[in-house]
Amino acid sequence: MAVVQDTKLAVELSSAGTSAGRRWADRAMTGLVVLAFLIALIPLVSVSWTVIVRGIGRLTPYFLSVSMRGVYGGMDAGGIYHAIMGTLIITLLATLISVPIGLMTAIYLVEYGKGPLARWVTFFVDVMTGIPSIVAGLFAYALFALILGPGIRSGFVGAVALSVLMIPVVVRSCEEMLRLVPNELREASYALGVPKWLTVVRIVLRTAIAGITTGVMLSIARVIGETAPLLLVAGQTDSINLNPFSGRMMTLPVYIYSQYRQGLVPCAADATDCIATINYDRAWAAALTLIIIVMGLNLIARLISRLFSPKTGK
Amino acid sequence: MSAHRADTVEVAIPDSVQSDLRHGRASMVNRFFQWAATFSGTLILLTLAAVTAFLVLEAMPAFTTPTDELAHDVSWYTEAGFFAYVGPLVFGTLLAALIALIVGTPLAIGIGLFISHYAPRRLAQGLGYLVDLLAAIPSVVYGLWGAMVLAPAIVPVQDFLSTYLGWIPLFAGPPSTPARTAFTAGLVLAVMILPIVTAVCREVFLQTPRLHEEAALALGATKLELISTAVLPFARGGIVSGAMLGLGRALGETMAVLLILSPGATYSLFILQAGKHQTIAANIAAQFPEANTSGVSLLIATGLVLFLITLVVNMIARWIVARRAEFSGAN
Amino acid sequence: MGKRIDVSDLNIYYGSFNAVADVAMTIEPRAVTALIGPSGCGKSTFLRTLNRMHEVVPGAYAEGKVVMDGVDLYGPGVDPVAVRRHVGMVFQRPNPFPTMSIKENVLAGVKLNNKRIAKSDAEDLVEASLTGANLWNEVKDRLDKPGSSLSGGQQQRLCIARAIAVKPSVLLMDEPCSALDPISTLAIEDLIHELKDDYTIVIVTHNMQQAARVSDKTGFFNIEGTGKPGRLIEMDDTRVMFSSPAKKETEDYISGRFG
Repeated sequence: MAVVQDTKLAVELSSAGTSAGRRWADRAMTGLVVLAFLIALIPLVSVSWTVIVRGIGRLTPYFLSVSMRGVYGGMDAGGIYHAIMGTLIITLLATLISVPIGLMTAIYLVEYGKGPLARWVTFFVDVMTGIPSIVAGLFAYALFALILGPGIRSGFVGAVALSVLMIPVVVRSCEEMLRLVPNELREASYALGVPKWLTVVRIVLRTAIAGITTGVMLSIARVIGETAPLLLVAGQTDSINLNPFSGRMMTLPVYIYSQYRQGLVPCAADATDCIATINYDRAWAAALTLIIIVMGLNLIARLISRLFSPKTGK
Repeated sequence: MSAHRADTVEVAIPDSVQSDLRHGRASMVNRFFQWAATFSGTLILLTLAAVTAFLVLEAMPAFTTPTDELAHDVSWYTEAGFFAYVGPLVFGTLLAALIALIVGTPLAIGIGLFISHYAPRRLAQGLGYLVDLLAAIPSVVYGLWGAMVLAPAIVPVQDFLSTYLGWIPLFAGPPSTPARTAFTAGLVLAVMILPIVTAVCREVFLQTPRLHEEAALALGATKLELISTAVLPFARGGIVSGAMLGLGRALGETMAVLLILSPGATYSLFILQAGKHQTIAANIAAQFPEANTSGVSLLIATGLVLFLITLVVNMIARWIVARRAEFSGAN
Repeated sequence: MGKRIDVSDLNIYYGSFNAVADVAMTIEPRAVTALIGPSGCGKSTFLRTLNRMHEVVPGAYAEGKVVMDGVDLYGPGVDPVAVRRHVGMVFQRPNPFPTMSIKENVLAGVKLNNKRIAKSDAEDLVEASLTGANLWNEVKDRLDKPGSSLSGGQQQRLCIARAIAVKPSVLLMDEPCSALDPISTLAIEDLIHELKDDYTIVIVTHNMQQAARVSDKTGFFNIEGTGKPGRLIEMDDTRVMFSSPAKKETEDYISGRFG
């Protein structure tokens, strides 16, 4: 090279300036970090792949439109209509219970809360977030067993159990959204002689509505896949039951579990109408349905937050 | 100028504001709304008190009924008493959750670092979303996957561990086939707690004071040195609290364990052997549907134990978070 | 429609901290009163007690008398919400409601209070208020566009239109031009000149030229040191205050910053 270089500086500025050991450690760390991420992708890819591959075959309009009534053995029949309806009804009820309580609590914390009561509420909302789902199921059972006697099973009790899990999530997300509403807007409203409650309802909630809707959708997505509490208090059934206040009610997650529990069917060697793996097939197809519902809710939630969030400022 | 209010008489004389400034019905509504909001907040406290009270009430028979009577009533209960019954369950719960924590936390730290400091800025958010997707998969689907895909697939790993590390009691053989073991259940739990732990780690890594990072870089630190000198020390409290939150999740997780683990009630450390462990949550889900009144009482009593354990773990986590917030000097 | 306000023995607190002490002043009707003084002297705090906005901050309260047309705004049984309908306010930063159109923003005070208003009356009110705020010609073709689509200066005039649509007697302005460029500032100052025919206007400003330009009376607030309460040092005709103030403090402040 014709140009005279300050070789010493050039060496120091190139990576050779850093000692070999330090360089290797740095590279090893980079490798480890990337590896950690790739490892986390394995279950994600594996679960999605398996559920799709094993579930898609049985996910037919027929499967979605019939219940399990009168289905036995290795019959190539049966579906999840009753479980879908049960999941929709119970989740809807849980939403109807959780959203008003959760939203009002968030309003209390953001707009009114001060002093020890607000601190206690915040603290116990945190604690409530950590209640194991099975304990929520036991709670709903204990509550209704005291009132209606032991052995109670119904969709409504399931909805109460899910509400215990859902309320803290709704409170947290609504609280976050309400705090994002600039204080200036509240003051502008007060200065127009608008009472506080109307300011909260017409300005604060109106401004935060997209975020609140997103939060509610995500909390629904979170509880719609809950199994353990429903296994305890909503029970299992093969038939369609649309009345949440009476009788057992099947739900998608519990359906998946119960199909898996039934295991392989012992088919006679010469049987033509017997599929040995029918229960597993149904479980996978139901799992695919459930995942599609949950992902759909997540997607809708994100679309809402993207499309309808108000453009504050510039 | 005449002044209007929907609920008071129109003021006729423009220059008199006297009557118009009085409290009217509007302020009643105002107060009712405040009352309703406060009531909702209080309801949460009441709910939590109710959870505890009802669980205790329903669990009482398990302690007040003589042990031999209970053992007679309930096929899976013995005269050894409640603590002999719940002991192995507590052990199994802690064991599975600890495996999840030991596997999950380093992974979560790695992923958090990857997203906050290694991944290209434009990709980081999308990659973070991928990890969040793990949280969207229902636990029963994890259970199904764990039991039908992972349990057979993990057998070679178990064999490897018991062959080469078998001298550690934890990995003592013979490993079970398929692997319906605490090891497999713990791995699935690790995957399930990844999103929450990663989210907390990512958050604290991103909060590392710019100044510290720039100071480290100005001193000629490599990325690894930057992370070990500026990022990790700052994030220690956050990582611990994230791990505790994950632990709380893992302790209470039911379905994955219920579907994967072949149950047994021992204090065994052999995590590669099936039929040795069971967790409180999975045990409740397994026994509850068929249990009679005394059985239900016993199960609720074990649920109460689980509730207390997770309560303590979560409180410690929150306490660490709160203490961190005080020290960080933010706001 | 402008009203006279008599303030006496007014003490303003944040919790136990006495922020402003012993204020007594008379605010003339249909005139512009400017409040000047260094940062943190309590002039904005004082302004916010005139429509009872001060107490919106948790723990904040005021003691003393603020008498508007014979009624003490802090007297027993007085509803702060009703006070704010008589005493309008414009803030430092323009704050139109982001979810509402220009038209809805003007009607916000009426609509938010659940009052019924005929469609033609509403349109008249919108036009009158926007005209009053010198904004009508600029926005009459896009009344249904969001309020946040306007420029900063237009947004501030929209906020003034919104305030006068409620038909208050008094208009409080808390540094209304501090977030605006010089041309928008001029537009607002012109507007203040026109508005004083109908309203009693009190304006807090950091800009002494502005106080000199727009106001008839000027009050000077000062503070002895941090932790001490702010006080009204002197109040007089603006002309007198800027040429021959009675107190040395006032003269120091005005000459030190003026020009």
